[in-house]
Amino acid sequence: MLYDVFYSLPIALCSFFGITAMLIGAFVPKKRSNIVMPYATSGLAIVLTFAALLWGRNGTAFNGMITTGMYASFFDILFASSGILVMIAARPYLQKMAWEFDEFYVLVLFAVSGMMLMAHANHLLIAFIGIEIMSISFYVLSAYMRNEQLSVESGLKYFLLGAFSTGFLLYGMALIYGATGGKMEYSAIRASVSYGSQMPTLLLAGTGLILIGLSFKVSAFPFHGWSPDVYQGAPTVVTAFMSTGGKAAAFAAFIQIAGALIPNGGPDSVKIVHLLACISAASMLYGNIAACAQQNVKRLLAYSSIAQAGYMMMGIVAGSSRGTSGLMFYLAAYLCTQMGAFIVAAALEHKYGKQLEFSDYAGLAKRHPLLAGVMSLFMFSLLGLPPFAVFFGKYYLFTAAIEAGYTWLALVGALASVISAYFYLGLIVAMYFRNHESGETYPAQPGMSGVTIGIAVAGVILLGLLPSVVMRWTGIVM
Amino acid sequence: MVAERIWRCKAHSVTVSTVSHNYIPIAIMLLATLFAPLVGALALLLVSRDAKKALKYSSLLMSLVAFVFALAMLLGFDHTNPNMQMLTNVSWIPALDAGFRVGVDGMSVLFIFLTTLTMPMVILAGFDSIKEQEKEFYALILLLEFGVIGIFAALDTFLFYVFFELILIPMYFLIGVWGGERRTFAAIKFFIYTMFGSLVMLVGLIWLGYYVQQTTGHFTTNLLLLREIAPTIPLSTQKWMFAAFMLAFCIKIPLFPLHTWLPDVQSESPLVGTVVVGAVLFKIGIYGLIRFGLEMFPQSSFEYAKIMCALGAAAVIYGAMLAIVQTDMRRLASYALVSSLGTMVMGVFSMTPEGIQGAILQTFNHGLSVTGLFLCLGVLTQQRGTTNLADYGGIAKVMPMFAVLFAISLFSLVGLPGLNGFIGEYLLLLGTFRSPFLNNWTFGILGATTGVFVAIYMLKLYNNICFGKFPNDGSASMSDLTTKELVTLIPATILMIWIGIYPSTFMRFSDESTKALVGKLELVKFGTTKYTETLKKLHAAPATEGAAHKEH
Repeated sequence: MLYDVFYSLPIALCSFFGITAMLIGAFVPKKRSNIVMPYATSGLAIVLTFAALLWGRNGTAFNGMITTGMYASFFDILFASSGILVMIAARPYLQKMAWEFDEFYVLVLFAVSGMMLMAHANHLLIAFIGIEIMSISFYVLSAYMRNEQLSVESGLKYFLLGAFSTGFLLYGMALIYGATGGKMEYSAIRASVSYGSQMPTLLLAGTGLILIGLSFKVSAFPFHGWSPDVYQGAPTVVTAFMSTGGKAAAFAAFIQIAGALIPNGGPDSVKIVHLLACISAASMLYGNIAACAQQNVKRLLAYSSIAQAGYMMMGIVAGSSRGTSGLMFYLAAYLCTQMGAFIVAAALEHKYGKQLEFSDYAGLAKRHPLLAGVMSLFMFSLLGLPPFAVFFGKYYLFTAAIEAGYTWLALVGALASVISAYFYLGLIVAMYFRNHESGETYPAQPGMSGVTIGIAVAGVILLGLLPSVVMRWTGIVM
Repeated sequence: MVAERIWRCKAHSVTVSTVSHNYIPIAIMLLATLFAPLVGALALLLVSRDAKKALKYSSLLMSLVAFVFALAMLLGFDHTNPNMQMLTNVSWIPALDAGFRVGVDGMSVLFIFLTTLTMPMVILAGFDSIKEQEKEFYALILLLEFGVIGIFAALDTFLFYVFFELILIPMYFLIGVWGGERRTFAAIKFFIYTMFGSLVMLVGLIWLGYYVQQTTGHFTTNLLLLREIAPTIPLSTQKWMFAAFMLAFCIKIPLFPLHTWLPDVQSESPLVGTVVVGAVLFKIGIYGLIRFGLEMFPQSSFEYAKIMCALGAAAVIYGAMLAIVQTDMRRLASYALVSSLGTMVMGVFSMTPEGIQGAILQTFNHGLSVTGLFLCLGVLTQQRGTTNLADYGGIAKVMPMFAVLFAISLFSLVGLPGLNGFIGEYLLLLGTFRSPFLNNWTFGILGATTGVFVAIYMLKLYNNICFGKFPNDGSASMSDLTTKELVTLIPATILMIWIGIYPSTFMRFSDESTKALVGKLELVKFGTTKYTETLKKLHAAPATEGAAHKEH
């Protein structure tokens, strides 16, 4: 019992802080209720500390339903940091929109605890519960600005499509439960599917459904349809959180479940991996080609995040330890870069959903040289230019793909990166090479979100120059 | 961090040894040369935006400091030794065996030296033409220099790629911020074109590392190890890797038919950008052909030498034809560049010491002449605000000094004996004619036509600008070169004459390394070589390498 609590401490603490923050928000007089944000942030900092203290401990809790190890700890740290970064940046943004309520921070805490559960899960049901805790928090967060049409539309779309994909996921789990004779633990599933050359139809169907559900969560083509509208409509800080922490959590579950369901070597699993490779290639191409047509920064980043999911899928296609550790590194690099880019957009956003077009960014280098500079840095990183963080992730994932015999996938990735140069550079063109033409300009009000941006910049540069620091962690994991 | 000063590799095994401390100061010279521009770029960020003079002169100073370091490096370089020297090896990403590995052999030391020599002139050229956002401008130029030196010094494919892509950022901003009317188009075209090549190369680099993993069990990006193992890859696989690398470098050079970005970039860049592309960037492509083409994939090089030479010959003729009909000075000069790059590619793929040395010398010559030429054109443009040939004439009367210096730059490109261009051109053609690999005179003859073509369009250019009548009689408003312009042009002119008369000042550095490379190639192809003496030195033990340095 003691160990059960000990090993699930980050999750337990995170839920604890979430619940108490909610209570504080509800019962402490309104005048003092602005203590919720500092309370939630410092709570997550404590979670982060405990996750770091658990580093290097391996164990299972609750009859093997939850595991703790380097893998889970790595993701705990990732999720907690993304939560902290978002909460710091959210306050000035929400105040600017005149819509700051305590529930926002509470929901972020709940989402983080769901994410952690996904990374700690060793059981399909636990993973499912984690996914649901996270997703429901996201549905609400998307529709958070409830008097803004875009936000409500975003929340509704996300909820409907999310519920639909959850159906796939749950149906798949049920089929697997039947096919394996009542097994839901990853290790037990792995043990029962790895023998024999042919996969039973039931298992195959279950695997397919689960992979569809997970592909939806990571917004890979052709299950990406929701992401542009949701990313555009949701409050910018929420989008920043969903596209970084949320994506990382989905991949944390994806890696584990794919590892359990796709045994090495069988003829069927080779086919499944081929299929995943096709999804990966299609996501990279589709996301980058569609992004070229965008004129709205949030939509652009949404489409680019579909493409980024494609790159990350390479790690799962490779299925090797190099693939996994490369993917984990990529997620950390992506977290810093994408978070930074969205928070810059949030700082520049004037009224809800306004000042986000390319034409509003024209001449930004003259008005806000610093913001334009860091935005270019994030764009170069997303583009995969050395010496920035995402480049190294790409390099590592290409290596893993080639090692696994998927040289064509690496080539498609390279080609897709060339396409992506067009729109990432397009934003820089607007900021640096054009002058502002029409409409009013509003001064940016970064406020405290400058802290988030600063940390993101430091992360992009440090992860790019000294990747081995993080590689040492991700490398040990598997 | 563990710095292992020197490492040698034989096929499939790596020996690491630490060499006496005498070795270290010279290796530091290379590092100093490499990092001086970066330090300069960062230091510029601290200088106030309004202190324009301080910005200009501190950037010039840093580029001169880099040059002085490079000079010290060149003096410390043992040119009788064909091996890699001044090695530094710092572990960077152990999981990939990627490290900060730098070092130089006779060829790259020359490339680095010549780059640092050109950069101060480039910066001087920017003094008058760049009027806004100077701080960013000079920082970017220095960053560019850092990247270019890094490319020549890197002995690690990962590091090489980092530098290779790093120069895209400054170039992109140089064109996009300070360029002409269609600058956005030119900047994006340049970026996407180059990035396409380099990403294909990236896949090639990883594939190569993975191939090594299959044979030795370890993924590696160590160039010295790779160049021992790469030649053992069977031709069927090797040719794809070769193709991936050649694509990247042929775009970078740029070789016909991948040159289409060049005229746009050249005519839309600010003058300084034009000089950088015309004097520095194309060196990278030529260097890549030697380092990654000939050294890594000899069999593929034999197989496709004729195709590469045919492309080179096509570039010579095609570029020249287009240069003849241009009415814009910058476009003319950029097609002239396309044309003469063709001869350099032919020289490299002749795989003879003459051809390769000629190519290296010619990259430098061309850098000098192009710097001179563009600076002259810049002087004109600044006074008249147009690059159209029809707007000029009769300049020789009003600007006599200009006419003389302009003539020297032009004649160096034409290949007049006594000037540097002649030596380079002669070596290139000699190599192409004598090559046992090509074994065909056609390429030499096609390459030799360049001499005729270049004379036609360059003399036409000179004739048009310096003689005849000035349209609308605006010549009265033209004034001769100022002291600052003279300071920029005269060093270039002196070097042109120097190399024309006594090229071995520079040539001796690349002599042994080139011979070693050709010797290896001949051994693979014919089984015998006349450069056995050099090859013996190449296989010397690390200890002797250190000893050789002590004597020096």
